[in-house]
Amino acid sequence: MIDSKIREQLVAIVGNENYDDTISGRLVYSYDATPNHQELPDAVISPKDKQDVCQILKVCNLEKIPIVARGSGSNLCGGTCPVEGGIVLLFKHMNQLLEIDKENLTVTVQPGLITQDMIKQVEAAGLFYPPDPSSMKISTIGGNISENSGGLRGLKYGVTRDYVLALEVVLPNGEMIHTGGKLAKDVAGYDLTRLFVGSEGTLGVITEATLKLIPKPESKKTMLALYQDIEAAARSVSQIIAKRIIPTTLEFLDKHTIRAVEDFAQIGLPTDVEAILLIEQDGPPEIVARDIQHIADICRSEQAVDVTVAKSDEEAEKLTTARRTALSALARLKPTTILEDATVPRSEIATMVKAINDIAIKHNVKISTFGHAGDGNLHPTCLTDVRDKDEMERVEAAFADIFAKAIDLGGTLTGEHGVGVMKSPYLEWKLGEAGIAVMKGIKEAIDPNNIMNPGKMFAKELKKRVVIGE
Amino acid sequence: MTTAREREAIQHDFQTKMNEDELLNCMRCGFCLPACPTYIESGMQEKYSPRGRIALMKAVKDGLIEPDEEVERSLDLCLGCRACEPVCPSGVKYGELLEDARDIINQNKKHSLPVRMLRKGVLDGLFPHQNRMINVSSLLGMYQRSGLSKVARKIGFMELFPESMATMEKVLPSVPKRKEMKHRLRHFEPDIVKKATVAFFTGCLMDTMFLETNQSTITLLQKVGCEVVVPEGQLCCGALHGHSGEKEKAKQMAKQNIEAFEQVQADYIITNAGGCGAFLIGYDHLLKDEPEWADRAKSFVSKLKDISAILVDLDFHHQHLRLPDQIVTYQDSCHLRNVMRTFDEPRTLLKAIGGVTFKEMEGADRCCGSAGIYNIVEPDMSMQILDHKMEHVKETKAATIVTANPGCLLQMKLGIEREGLTGRIRAVHIVDLLLEALN
Ligand SMILES: Cc1cc2nc3c(=O)[nH]c(=O)nc-3n(C[C@H](O)[C@H](O)[C@H](O)COP(=O)(O)OP(=O)(O)OC[C@H]3O[C@@H](n4cnc5c(N)ncnc54)[C@H](O)[C@@H]3O)c2cc1C
Ligand code: SF4
Ligand code: SF4
Repeated sequence: MIDSKIREQLVAIVGNENYDDTISGRLVYSYDATPNHQELPDAVISPKDKQDVCQILKVCNLEKIPIVARGSGSNLCGGTCPVEGGIVLLFKHMNQLLEIDKENLTVTVQPGLITQDMIKQVEAAGLFYPPDPSSMKISTIGGNISENSGGLRGLKYGVTRDYVLALEVVLPNGEMIHTGGKLAKDVAGYDLTRLFVGSEGTLGVITEATLKLIPKPESKKTMLALYQDIEAAARSVSQIIAKRIIPTTLEFLDKHTIRAVEDFAQIGLPTDVEAILLIEQDGPPEIVARDIQHIADICRSEQAVDVTVAKSDEEAEKLTTARRTALSALARLKPTTILEDATVPRSEIATMVKAINDIAIKHNVKISTFGHAGDGNLHPTCLTDVRDKDEMERVEAAFADIFAKAIDLGGTLTGEHGVGVMKSPYLEWKLGEAGIAVMKGIKEAIDPNNIMNPGKMFAKELKKRVVIGE
Repeated sequence: MTTAREREAIQHDFQTKMNEDELLNCMRCGFCLPACPTYIESGMQEKYSPRGRIALMKAVKDGLIEPDEEVERSLDLCLGCRACEPVCPSGVKYGELLEDARDIINQNKKHSLPVRMLRKGVLDGLFPHQNRMINVSSLLGMYQRSGLSKVARKIGFMELFPESMATMEKVLPSVPKRKEMKHRLRHFEPDIVKKATVAFFTGCLMDTMFLETNQSTITLLQKVGCEVVVPEGQLCCGALHGHSGEKEKAKQMAKQNIEAFEQVQADYIITNAGGCGAFLIGYDHLLKDEPEWADRAKSFVSKLKDISAILVDLDFHHQHLRLPDQIVTYQDSCHLRNVMRTFDEPRTLLKAIGGVTFKEMEGADRCCGSAGIYNIVEPDMSMQILDHKMEHVKETKAATIVTANPGCLLQMKLGIEREGLTGRIRAVHIVDLLLEALN
């Protein structure tokens, strides 16, 4: 509950229409796309502009009220679930594209802008913003930056982090800072821009961002390679990269995922194969043609049963759009869908795919796998039912094994979905005690009252590391 | 107002009757948000979005919150347009959830007297009885023909109603004479070699207020080689009942319709109203708990087709079609698009007409705000949606707006009237335009 005096102050800042503490108004911001997490905030506030944000943070810092910044709530780590109550901050009034700078090749936006809307406007200006998370139709730039989201084009072009040039951030004490600039080079002090990228709303509120753009590639081609053997598909991925070809996109989908996606999208994906690779290359037409030929040869020599190239841009678009629905499409199969985000070095992708299959058998759970294979970033997805307590325990054990295996292979717990509440108990496995201590130190220096998204990133209780093979 | 006891009863029924699997099926990805008109028009308020509404239903079921006024408000404001369904990768059957929730709320609420009278009068007394529909429609016809309507308009009688109703009164079509409605023929031979036998679902509104459109539909079917039968004993589809929380009544009507159509050995059952078609196609779900009806409902549903779909199947668009040069635009019927999944066919047909420049308006796939009786019960939101719709219509510079459902047709006429464009833009049902083009 927010004290009535404080409530008055907050209402005075944003106006009655932007302050909602009705029960249903709070309920609809009590969740995100993470299964099994729900907690009511005390109020939902929509600041009109950055000045409002500064004032709100000042009040909350003084009164020690938690603040959860929220884009579209599509994150998969419990990142916007207000686990300790407090205020959910919405950016629906701060969703404008402010400027496309054609001389410096940058775009400046407010945090609530929808990723796809921005990409459309940028492309209409003949430029290109590569990070394209599958959720881009609804995700916001503020959310993308805070989770350091990746996408289908990550293999060649990198992730959100690689495109953030400058940020405007309101700190918990209500002060505003500007990091970076429209600069190709900048070594003035610590790289705070990078610190805030991926900070999951635990350090401050992003109120403006300047992102790097690149020229739009001249052409692109999209192809599908079909396999009757999952590991053959995974081997193709490692082979393509070992042969020094870097496609834009190199996505992996297993049998169950293909079927679920086809069920929804109905675009004629083959449902009688064990796995497919969706591959895209862009650039000058001659180079694209050569690379696609090369890749097709590699796939065939790794026992692809068929390789087809999309005939038109529309057909290609249909394929990638369908791929973006994979997670939600899988969700139709069972009441609860738990997806993980383990990432390994690219060379280990075949080993990891095999390990996931073995772990699923060991714990007697059903795991479908898809993901950004080219990045070594897989999404093993478990279809289950939260009401089945016994199975839920087995699922958790299976995922613990998967994390452990990924780390053993030199990988990480999460490639792009973030820590939030979901991975926080495991974070130490990756960082070690000293690593966690450094991060905690940073958090305390910037947010001494722990008002920014409390309960995320640093868990109260840690999981014991499982050792595979024992 | 809902009393505490009513709330308790509603909550209890949510716990026992709402489909938990379907509620859990929503993984809260938010992919449906940009498709939802009320989310957009409310300035992006999650409680007026599909994801928010599902979360509210689930929270009531889980006992996290009470079914208070705000929850009801959220559900009331839903258009039921189901634009959230085709975009949902999880395949959440939102329409079914909404219908169940509305049914529970309605069954447990004592409505205020006037509301009860209206519901009883219209939903029980009128729509299930084609005869009475004819009577009411003829009253309306008499009212129009006698010049009374002009008088009423003059003395501002209609101003007592919400503004949308008052304008609506002006745009209602002239109703055919009672005799024409009662003595309709029931069997029509094909004009060319027979290709199929079809049973025509006339629809309650379509067969009264829009009788002429029904005649045009039959004529077109004859032209493409259909033997057309209009089964006797058919009723209103029950959509208005189903969508406003009168499920039992809707079930009775469904059964009678299934029986009526079983008497004809037809290859297809044809509708020309997206709203009816979508409800008919859900008969199998509606009757899912009644085993003796399940198969019969399935067979009924499997034969359903919209008029534009069968016309394309039977190559109507290759006939010689011609209209005076003009720009034409098409407003999707939400239910035809989102539930019957018919949206290419009407466009194919319109593009085939010589002289017609087809121009797609922005957001043609988005609800026009008519939504059954929504424009009467939620006039503010409905008119806000309509005004935005008319902006997009004007951008196309179209002389003709084509629709495929009576509710949409009336709403578009209302939009034209509100914009003061009467005489410059017209709204027509697709079959009427096609017949015009053929002649
Ligand atoms: C179907 C589906 C597919 C997905 N695919 C991908 C994918 O391919 N790649 C990928 O990386 N992710 C993916 N995601 C995860 C998710 O969409 C991304 O993390 C996305 O960036 C979240 O954006 P959002 O606007 O929904 O942010 P939210 O979920 O609302 O917030 C995410 C985090 O950002 C913080 N935050 C938001 N705005 C601000 C701000 N202005 N200032 C400070 N902190 C802020 C929040 O506090 C929270 O910690 C997917 C999710 C779904 C449901
Ligand atoms: S209804 Fe479908 S699209 Fe909407 S949030 Fe739920 S799962 Fe996602
Ligand atoms: S039916 Fe229409 S108005 Fe209702 S939630 Fe779905 S998209 Fe929104």
